[in-house]
Amino acid sequence: MSPDHSSPGAGHAAQDRAAGHATFLGMLPFPEAAERAVGDSQLRHNLRMATRTIRHKREEVVGELDDWSALRAAGKAVKDRTLRHLDTYLERLEAAVTAAGGRVHWAADAAEANEIVTGLVRATGETDVVKVKSMATQEIELNEALAQAGIIAYETDLAELIVQLSDDLPSHILVPAIHRNRAEIREIFRDRMAAWGVAAPEGLGDDPRALAEAARVHLRERFLRSRVAISGANFAVADTGTMVVLESEGNGRMCLTLPQTLISVVGIEKVVPTWSDLEVFLQLLPRSSTGERMNPYTSTWTGVAPGDGPQEFHLVLLDNGRSDVLADEVGRQALRCIRCSACLNICPVYERTGGHAYGSVYPGPIGAILTPQLRGTASAQEASLPYASSLCGACYEVCPVAIDIPEVLVHLREEVAASPGHRAEKAAMGAAGWVLGGERRLGAAQRAASAARSVVPRRMPGPASAWTDTRDIPEIPEESFRAWWRREGAAEPAPGADPAEPGRSGGDEEGGRR
Amino acid sequence: MRIALFITCVNDTLYPRTGRAVVRLLRRLGHEVVFPEAQTCCGQLHYNTGYRREAQKLAVRFVETFADADAVLAPSGSCAAMVRDNYPRLCAPGSRLDRAAAELAPRVHDLSELLVDVLGVTDVGAYFPHTVTYHPTCHGLRLLKLRDRPYRLLRNVRGIDLRELEGSAECCGFGGTFAMKNADVSAAMAADKARNVAATGAEVLCAVDNSCLMHIGGTLRRQRAGVATVHLAEILASTEQEPARL
Repeated sequence: MSPDHSSPGAGHAAQDRAAGHATFLGMLPFPEAAERAVGDSQLRHNLRMATRTIRHKREEVVGELDDWSALRAAGKAVKDRTLRHLDTYLERLEAAVTAAGGRVHWAADAAEANEIVTGLVRATGETDVVKVKSMATQEIELNEALAQAGIIAYETDLAELIVQLSDDLPSHILVPAIHRNRAEIREIFRDRMAAWGVAAPEGLGDDPRALAEAARVHLRERFLRSRVAISGANFAVADTGTMVVLESEGNGRMCLTLPQTLISVVGIEKVVPTWSDLEVFLQLLPRSSTGERMNPYTSTWTGVAPGDGPQEFHLVLLDNGRSDVLADEVGRQALRCIRCSACLNICPVYERTGGHAYGSVYPGPIGAILTPQLRGTASAQEASLPYASSLCGACYEVCPVAIDIPEVLVHLREEVAASPGHRAEKAAMGAAGWVLGGERRLGAAQRAASAARSVVPRRMPGPASAWTDTRDIPEIPEESFRAWWRREGAAEPAPGADPAEPGRSGGDEEGGRR
Repeated sequence: MRIALFITCVNDTLYPRTGRAVVRLLRRLGHEVVFPEAQTCCGQLHYNTGYRREAQKLAVRFVETFADADAVLAPSGSCAAMVRDNYPRLCAPGSRLDRAAAELAPRVHDLSELLVDVLGVTDVGAYFPHTVTYHPTCHGLRLLKLRDRPYRLLRNVRGIDLRELEGSAECCGFGGTFAMKNADVSAAMAADKARNVAATGAEVLCAVDNSCLMHIGGTLRRQRAGVATVHLAEILASTEQEPARL
């Protein structure tokens, strides 16, 4: 039984909620999930408004810096250098954290990380923990693992709170409730807050200030009561063993300072060698993510300080597939990611589908290259992700650490195409390759198409309906360019004659052969 | 100048009028056009879909076919970008293909690059008395970085009424096999692009890539929107004596 809550029966209700938490397991492949999403007019509107707002803010503040491209190159270089010598920097980090009074744990996968964290919380005797917004703990589904051990994890980031209260899934890295508008948030607060602690005030409106105040009152009570906090980290400085969290609300800092015990679950790629390396990212991240010159709260902590803040600190270093990603020469650049979300906000696909369609805590373009690398491409869901992009390149352009996302997408498509199955596509690609493999074959195929031009239906059956359901097909010309060229194009026109004039139709196509 | 035309498989098969316009335009400007008949396709379709081996074969064919050309014109932004940006990724570093592709790449141009950078002309003497809006396709914008080249050419066209396109930098949703594999998202993107095109009041949508125009144009025609789609070459080839027919 968890400690008493301000509303009767809240402990039970919260535990039920936590146990029944939604999960990304068993999600549909991207095209099917996206079909549902693009038909949701409310979702489309919410996403359009939100992504455009952040996108423009980012563009403005990035445009202020003359040296943005140099910063971006520096960010890329620091991450690449660190990843090349990751073993060295991780051991340096471990030594520094230990020297500062923290304890370091190594977790090879999600199960191991969850086991370590659960054990650490159990050892404190507590059954409630507060959480700082963290992608790594979402990735390993820590809340669900804790719930199974009878421990309730309370999300304290405003957007994560909205997601948790509504038994929903995050749909964005930075703004997990981006798919919700304030009217929906008001309803969630009104209906669900009481089951998790302090209830929403009577007559709660949808004014952002009122909503924020309701969350503040709800969370404040939680902060003052909790003795264990779990966080991630945006960066971990190897030289000094310092963890760094950037946030906007101050709720993270409450978690990082008030409890007795702090457990941080950090992906091994989050390490940076020194504070001067960190400086680069403290400029890149806020401008790329929230579109701010500087984020409101930057918290740093190094081990434990007697009489100040948590007196017990654990760092859980998480691999969970990252070593495999590092082994892939093309794919490893995904490990440079600093989780800013600029690629999500600019992506025309994400803007229309939202994050849930990606079936992972990492949605959008970065998710489309990270999820299949972390989880493999064996299932239809993960295998569909590398294709969830038109390869327009907008993500690469805005990425603050220059991850060439289209390059990795194509690389992963090669992996999927080389795996068993996909027989229809392989046959079609093989046929196209054969036709295009010789100019005579191509010419013959073009003549066949032209001969059939009058009988091509406006709406096609089978796979071609994917095109003709929403688009007309172009009119097939009477002759291809190469047929025209052979017939008359190759001849230099007499002065005044117009080589562009199609002229006589149905001329002998081989007639102009020279 | 002697210009080797790489028509591209899509233009060759579905948009010969773009090829004829290119030939007419370049001859009008006093240049010689050759069409190496061994050409087929740059391999973009296979490369982007994950079929590297097939793409490599087509890359070999392209490089062999055009190795001796002084200048290669690809009237398709994404095909020019395929050769310049993706061939290096497709070839084993230091291989014969890699060296040959790298040697050829700087001589492969999109139409606006060829005219502005190589031939040094921005007024081609064109006449096109229509209201036009321009969609700067993703690969033209982000890989070739065409910047204002197409606009400079269009602004010098007599009789043209050029309208600015809202959200022009945003992808139309074609993306090759993306349009088929993720048809719903592709259609949603096209719907927004079509809405922006219609909002300009233009009667003609222009681009440097017929693949994107096939997708946006197919959407506009399905909506009976009454907006024509034409390749930049067709506008530039149009003259008072021989105006382009829409």
